[in-house]
This record gives sequence, structure tokens and C-alpha cells, in this order.
Amino acid sequence: MCDKIKINLVVNGEPVTFEVQPHVSLLRALRDNYYYDVKCGCEEGDCGTCTVLLDGIATKSCITLAAACEGHEVWTDKGLGYNDALAARLQAAFVECGSIQCGFCSPGMIVAGVHYLKHGGKADRRAIKRSISGNLCRCTGYVKIVDAIYKVAQEIERGALA
Amino acid sequence: MNTKILENEFEYSKPGSLEEVLETLATKQNVRIFAGGTDLIVKLKLGALPDMEHMLDINGVEELGKIETRADGLEIFAGAKLWSIESDRRVEENYPALREAIQAMASISVRNMATLGGNFCNASPVADAVGPVMCYGGKVRMQSKRGAREVNAVDFFLAPGVSVLEKGELLTSVYLPAPKAHTGHAFVKMGRVKSDIAKISITAVLEREGDRIASCRLAMGSVAARPLFLKAIGEGLAGKAMTEALAQETAQNISDFIKPIGDNRTTAEYRTDVAKVIARDALVSAWKNSGGTL
Ligand SMILES: Cc1cc2nc3c(=O)[nH]c(=O)nc-3n(C[C@H](O)[C@H](O)[C@H](O)COP(=O)(O)OP(=O)(O)OC[C@H]3O[C@@H](n4cnc5c(N)ncnc54)[C@H](O)[C@@H]3O)c2cc1C
Ligand code: FES
Ligand code: FES
Repeated sequence: MCDKIKINLVVNGEPVTFEVQPHVSLLRALRDNYYYDVKCGCEEGDCGTCTVLLDGIATKSCITLAAACEGHEVWTDKGLGYNDALAARLQAAFVECGSIQCGFCSPGMIVAGVHYLKHGGKADRRAIKRSISGNLCRCTGYVKIVDAIYKVAQEIERGALA
Repeated sequence: MNTKILENEFEYSKPGSLEEVLETLATKQNVRIFAGGTDLIVKLKLGALPDMEHMLDINGVEELGKIETRADGLEIFAGAKLWSIESDRRVEENYPALREAIQAMASISVRNMATLGGNFCNASPVADAVGPVMCYGGKVRMQSKRGAREVNAVDFFLAPGVSVLEKGELLTSVYLPAPKAHTGHAFVKMGRVKSDIAKISITAVLEREGDRIASCRLAMGSVAARPLFLKAIGEGLAGKAMTEALAQETAQNISDFIKPIGDNRTTAEYRTDVAKVIARDALVSAWKNSGGTL
């Protein structure tokens, strides 16, 4: 049995210390510490529902080792919603556009969308589709998810959102 | 939570210098390098690496994260993430087939994590970014406590999952020589959906001289036990005038030459048939973007 190691990181703006074994994924460490908004789907990097921002970059937490996150900053969908105006707006747009059915993909989709918009993503349906190509949704057919990201991208372009 | 946990228990280390990385590689047993983890962690979850005892994270070594201009080319180090390669101006301008291949891989969130070195060291016959490096005449640089060495990218692969990389050796960088003038590039990949692993892929890089092909290099993914460099077929095009008929004839030769297998992604027959189509398309578009007309 490997010894547990302590990792210090910042989750949703709050410094935390997780005690984990070296072989634990970031996804598991987060869920073990009650960050249940980070969902677990395929556990193989395919479905994207576990997507978080790691140092501002969309990352699949299921194939990220928790131990490798020492000193890094993680934001989950829920934390973003409370702290980040753009993410909060995108969450609201998901509701307005009917982009959520069962909701299982939504946290990952929203984080992928936040990454897209924060990295200069435009109101361009093709580019938006590409940006969520690592996120699977079995309910909506994607159209309404693209609608929501498109809507917020338009608002940014109009200057209605910082 | 579903049950895909990492079965192995292992030590984890993240040294801050290349020396320490090489030292750990030389002294610890059953070490695996962790670059982006996008192959490694998945394999561990599937229980495919039961012997691993130590995971050596190279992301703490700053110099390994770089992409550096050299007098005669570009050196992409082993820790550089695919997204930083695809968004690099020098790659966009000089090695567009590499950029296209990377952008055809997985998803943004995976490319934010994965590396070019990992795509090589995983040594899968489907590895998308490998073909362009082969066709640009790239070299793979490796280092261990015993010293440094370099091999041509086309000589790096031996069998599925097996490369020339020896025990204790680290892939330190992939080096790309500067392309010549009038170079044309194409990368074509067929997958089930955009972010999927390729059923088949092809890269074509050629240099044009007037209405003739001065030289041409071709490589394919998912048609053999390792990434396949079509040396003779590419060399056979040198000095020929480019025509639609030549593109089709070459595509037929490629289709006749390859001996793909059928697997869970598609059948051997599909690969043989589609090779013809994508080889023709790749040749024609490489020719056109070298400035040639048809
Ligand atoms: C959802 C998903 C989709 C994918 N889609 C594609 C795709 O479309 N096309 C494709 O080609 N690949 C795909 N992959 C596979 C993978 O992302 C790539 O092969 C990637 O380039 C691997 O890089 P990495 O840095 O993550 O490698 P790692 O997982 O860190 O390493 C891979 C292997 O190489 C070894 N290694 C890594 N770096 C070094 C080094 N510097 N020296 C010595 N050994 C080293 C590791 O020990 C390990 O055995 C996909 C993966 C996932 C999870
Ligand atoms: S759970 Fe991470 S990608 Fe599916
Ligand atoms: S809303 Fe159900 S998976 Fe997307």
C-alpha cells in the first residue's frame, strides 16, 4: 500500500489540502472531497463530463493525476458560476436556451464553453462545435448547447458582457 | 463513481531538472514517464501496465516545455503541450501538416494535456502527429545517463507500442528541419466522428519545381503495425510532372502496397479502398498548396 501524500492546491479560489494516494485521479480526489458538480462518465478521457479548468485551461480531470496538481489552481463549473461573471452568464444561457435535459454533461459542457469564450472564441457555430467536440451529450442533440455558447459569444462581441 | 480506478500503486515524482529525471530513470525500477498522461492514465485504468512502480512526471522541468527556433529548424521539447504546438506561429507557417494533424486529434481538453513526445513514445500505429514529422524529415532526440542520441523519425518505430527508446532513455525533443521553398503539405484523416481515433490517415509533403515534383514524402497511419513511411513510393515521384493521372496511379500503388488489418475501428477492405481516395486527395492538395496547378 502506497503512502498517502498531501497535495496543496486551490479549488474554486479556496486553498485546500487533499490527502491522496499517488494513483488517484483529480476527478476522484475532487469527488471524494464533495465537489460533486464534477461528474464521472467514461473515466477514459472520452466523454468530457469531468472537465475542469486547471490553471485556466480546460482539462479532463479523470485522466489527470491529483498528485500532479500540487500548487495548481482548479475551477469547477459550480465554483465558476459563483465567482466568474462570464461563467455565470453561460450557465444562465444554458437554462434560457434549453440546453440541459438530464444535465449530466452540463458541468463539463459549460467548462468547455468557458474555456472557448475566455480564449477569444467567437460567435461561430463551427468553431463552437469544435470546442465541445470532446464532450458527449446523449440527450440534447447538441444544437441547444451550441445555441447557448453562441448567444453568450454574441453578447461578448456586442460588448454587452465584459 | 464507476470502477475504473488505477489498479497499480506506485511512487510519483516530479523533479525540477533534466539531470534528476535521467537519474531517476537510471536508478528506479519500472519507471514510466508521465508527459500528458492521456495515454498513460487510460492504460493504467485498463490495467494494461501492471509492472509500473514509479511514475516520473516531466512537467516540472522548465526547459522541456519549450519550442525553440534553431538555425536550421524548430525543436519541440518533450513537455510542450499539443495546444501550444498547434497555436505556435512557426508551426502554422512552416509545418501546416503537423498543425492539421494535431488539430484532428482528440479534443481541445485532451490537447491541452497531451504532448508530441507522448504521441511518439506511445508508439501506436494510429498516432496522428507522427506522419507529418516523418514527412518533414524530422528527428527524434533522446537522452539517458549514458549520453544523447538522435534517430530519424522514420526509424523510431519498431512494432505496436514499441520504439527504439531504450530502458533509462527519455525522449527529449522532436526536431524539424526548415522546409524548402515551394513546399506543399497535406494531412487527411478518416474517423467516425471528429474527435475519434483515425481509421486511416495519410500525410503528403512535397517540394515543387515548376510543374514537376522535386521530391515527395508520404506516410500513413493505421495501415500497418507501426506508422508507415512510404519511402519508395514517395521517392519514385521525384522528377515527375504532376498530373491528375499521376495522383491516381500513385494512390492505386499505395492501395496495392499496404497490407492493413481489420480491427474494432474498421475492416481491412475499407482501409484498402479508402487509401486510394485519401492518397489521391492528399497528393493533389499538397501539390496545389505548393503553388502548383493541375
Ligand atoms: C479521448 C482521447 C482521444 C485521443 N485521440 C487521439 C487521436 O485522435 N489521435 C492520436 O494520435 N492520439 C489520440 N489520443 C492518444 C493521446 O492523446 C496521444 O497519443 C498523446 O499525444 C499522448 O501524449 P501524452 O503526453 O499524453 O502521453 P503520456 O500518456 O504521458 O505518455 C504516453 C507513453 O509514452 C511514454 N512517454 C511520454 N513521454 C515520454 C518521453 N518524453 N520520453 C520517454 N517516454 C515517454 C509514457 O511513459 C507512456 O508510456 C487520444 C487520447 C484520449 C484520452
Ligand atoms: S469521465 Fe473524464 S472524460 Fe469521461
Ligand atoms: S443533457 Fe443529458 S447528457 Fe447532455
